Amino acid sequence: MLSLIIVLPLLAAVALVAVPRLGDGAARWVWVVVTAVDLALVAALWLAYEPPGPGRLAFEEQVPWIPGVDSSYHVGVDGLSLPLMAMTTVVFLACAVFALRDEDRPRTRAALFLFLQSVSLGLFAAADLILFFLFFDLSIVGMYFVIAGWGHGDRGRSALKFFLYTFLGSLALLAGFIGLYVAAEPHTFDMVELARQTPLDGSPTAGGLVLAAILLGLAVKTPTVPFHTWLPPAHTDAPAVGSAVLAGVLLKMGTYGFVRIAMPMLPEAWRAWAWVVVVVGVVSVVYGALVALAQTDLKRMIAYTSVNHMGYVVLAVGAAGIVAEGSEQARSVAVTGAVTQMVSHGIVTAALFLMAGVVWDRAGTYDLGSFGGLAGTAPRLATLFAVGAFASLGLPGLSGFIAEFQIFAGSIAVAPVTAVALVGILITAALFLRALQRLFTGPTRGASRGFGDLRAAELWAVAPLLGLSLLIGVLPRPLLGVVEPAAEVVVQLVGR
Amino acid sequence: MAMRPALLLPEIVLFLGALAALLGGSFLPRTRQWVTRVVAAAALVLAAAMAAVALAGPTAVAMEGSFTVDPTTGVARLVATLGALVVLALAADEIDGSPRESETYALLLLSTTGTLVLAGADDLLVVAVGFLLTSVPLYGLIGISGTAVAAEAAMKTYLLGALFGILLLAGVTLLYGVSGTTSYVGLADPLAAAPRAVVAAGVVGVLGGLLFKAGGVPAHFWVPDAAQGAGGAVAAFLTTVPKIGAVVAAYRLVGALPDTLAWPLLVGVLAVASMTVGNLAAYAQTDPRRLLGWSTVSQVGYLLVPVAVAGRSDLALPSLLLYLAGYTVTNLAAFAVTTAFPRRRELSAYRGVGRRFPWLAAALVVALLGLVGTPPTAVFVGKLTTTAAAWDAGDAWLAVLVLLNTLASLFYYLRWIAPLYARPTAEHPEDGDPPAPWSRWTAVATAGLSVLLGLGAGVLWAVFSA
Repeated sequence: MLSLIIVLPLLAAVALVAVPRLGDGAARWVWVVVTAVDLALVAALWLAYEPPGPGRLAFEEQVPWIPGVDSSYHVGVDGLSLPLMAMTTVVFLACAVFALRDEDRPRTRAALFLFLQSVSLGLFAAADLILFFLFFDLSIVGMYFVIAGWGHGDRGRSALKFFLYTFLGSLALLAGFIGLYVAAEPHTFDMVELARQTPLDGSPTAGGLVLAAILLGLAVKTPTVPFHTWLPPAHTDAPAVGSAVLAGVLLKMGTYGFVRIAMPMLPEAWRAWAWVVVVVGVVSVVYGALVALAQTDLKRMIAYTSVNHMGYVVLAVGAAGIVAEGSEQARSVAVTGAVTQMVSHGIVTAALFLMAGVVWDRAGTYDLGSFGGLAGTAPRLATLFAVGAFASLGLPGLSGFIAEFQIFAGSIAVAPVTAVALVGILITAALFLRALQRLFTGPTRGASRGFGDLRAAELWAVAPLLGLSLLIGVLPRPLLGVVEPAAEVVVQLVGR
Repeated sequence: MAMRPALLLPEIVLFLGALAALLGGSFLPRTRQWVTRVVAAAALVLAAAMAAVALAGPTAVAMEGSFTVDPTTGVARLVATLGALVVLALAADEIDGSPRESETYALLLLSTTGTLVLAGADDLLVVAVGFLLTSVPLYGLIGISGTAVAAEAAMKTYLLGALFGILLLAGVTLLYGVSGTTSYVGLADPLAAAPRAVVAAGVVGVLGGLLFKAGGVPAHFWVPDAAQGAGGAVAAFLTTVPKIGAVVAAYRLVGALPDTLAWPLLVGVLAVASMTVGNLAAYAQTDPRRLLGWSTVSQVGYLLVPVAVAGRSDLALPSLLLYLAGYTVTNLAAFAVTTAFPRRRELSAYRGVGRRFPWLAAALVVALLGLVGTPPTAVFVGKLTTTAAAWDAGDAWLAVLVLLNTLASLFYYLRWIAPLYARPTAEHPEDGDPPAPWSRWTAVATAGLSVLLGLGAGVLWAVFSA
């Protein structure tokens, strides 16, 4: 079942490439149908899911791959990965629907995105470091072609920068993985086994170096300050669906790595360096928000809010490593908030980027100063964008609030100084309100004239994402019920 | 101890195949020279089949202990003969009906024979024989197209080959002089007792010769010129097949050395020098074959990593063989794309190929990303395991340098990938010349194989570590 979910989009991609006689129209619908089926399968998985307990995975599947280095095709889910897999399929379905009207080589693009979907799902389900790395690397390759092939502006350069920068991250990650492999006895790349062994506990230098390599790799992907400089150009020049997937899904691969790999496998080193992680998180939060505030380009602004939002996640996982007597509850809340934030940011930012794509499609510019009074000509866009902005800045009743509230409740309880990051929420609120004001209010002028409102496909792509954010904001229990046990396990593992 | 020539059947078959191609070619009219290609291909297939049979059998020694037939030899034989077979497919497009066709096939087979001899050599003198048998046909092959650049490349290769050949022979002489034997079996003890400076000089000489064959720093200067100046099929051959024998021979040689020398450090430094020099020099190249030439120099660096940690990690030998197999397939795929488009000699000439020939472009992307070491291709598994072997042996610095060089290499491979999917311009219109048929499908098949080998790496590993 799990493998089917992972492989299904890939099979569809191969079919799309291998059967050129399939017309463009059919290719678009194949993409939609396959992602919808995949979503249904993930939903079925969710319904059948029972928390597997510490050190175990649900729906586990394992086939030897390279037995010589004890690497296998080992997949499974728990409360950390299942919500992210669900979020991934939702975002990809939204992208498929959004692209129904697009004319630019739809068959190839559908194949590429289906490939990316398989890769993303595979990464979240991976329980083997080499398998994880395989999907991590392939996500970079896929996204490179999305930006270089379907982007606009200086896309070749942005794509190259993206590839080189994130490839650096992936190699640092690989160095860390090999370090873990060599330290483990017997040598293994199996995540479950490594989390059980924690091979580098008791050797602070080696553990610190391996953690540094892994942190570097994950920090580039996440991205955190100061490794974020690839993100704005990549987003600015990527197509709308590419940005949605990049921000919505691919960034989570970095933050997921913290809770899946770094914390359980290197608990001692994580505790030793937790303060560094916290500081990086706080700096990302504040710096990302400030730079976003200074943007006049809508898409760059949303891109920098991603740095800010991922900063909350980093802050929370860092705080989870600050172990003190009786703080287990608070740290668990922080980790729950981090995972919720990954899901929330995924769906909300995807929606915002898709709407930015609509703006580009109609006006050919992202310049906030070129618009005004858009609410008059495009009321549906205005409404949905407002909802997206509120979700992103963490208004109660939407998913962002649930996430950020828990992150701060947990982090401040453990380390009160992290309260300085609250200023990030304030700045984000300011910048979104200002963007709303400049885009939608006032007299209709400039590029807003003759601006066509959301079409059906665009509406059906964006609205469900925001609806889901609202649903999580109002009824968080189904999500939190899955995440919380897993977060408790992570906190236990770090506290060992 | 006996001759047991039956153990050398693959080598003998190749040698006879070369003679048959050469003699047959002189009796056939120009339009029917393809018959010699079939003969050569048949010899390679037969040799590969025999190698596979021998691989299933027990380890044995031939020629009175100077040639070992073990799984390592078996794998090298299989990879080299099948690699040469792929080269023949590329030649089918390029030199079909050309004046020197049958001679080319004969020389290809002879050079392949030399590679096999190197791969199985357990004796310094056999190494010398293998070196000459691989090199001498290569000089002819490089210059055989008769163009000015080919002549220059052949001259350069010859001069370097002569120099390093002499070094190799001098090294063999020195080692024999202080140890009284050329056989690896009895080499370690007398060498440990001999003056270290003499032993070091001898080892450096022999390693130098093997590095020339492998195309590694500091004996690499001929590789980019030959890759650019020689014909496409020959370029594919000389950057692939001779390396197999040379690297395996280097592995066997260091395995026979005593611990009194810091040879692991020497080989490790040479490996890093190769990968770094190859990568840096490849940056500025605009000719795809010259770029690949420099890229092979860097790949030799990665191949030397398991040699540097030989005997100190269980992963060393299987990872070396895995990398060799993966590299052979992947490098041939990249060269096959260049022979499919023999007239596109600039990276920018590949503009728009992705739209017109999607399969071929996909093959090139797989091959180039494979050479970078992107999973799940075979080179990735090779690189992963060689890096793990280096770390496992305690040389974490070597592992880190491998990864840093991998990052550096990505840039120039992407310089070739980027134009593939760029929009065609007036200067580079979309149509262009159609790809040569044999090369086209060879490229797709070998690129596919490089992925399959990566996915099936577990099976290969079991064979390689037997």
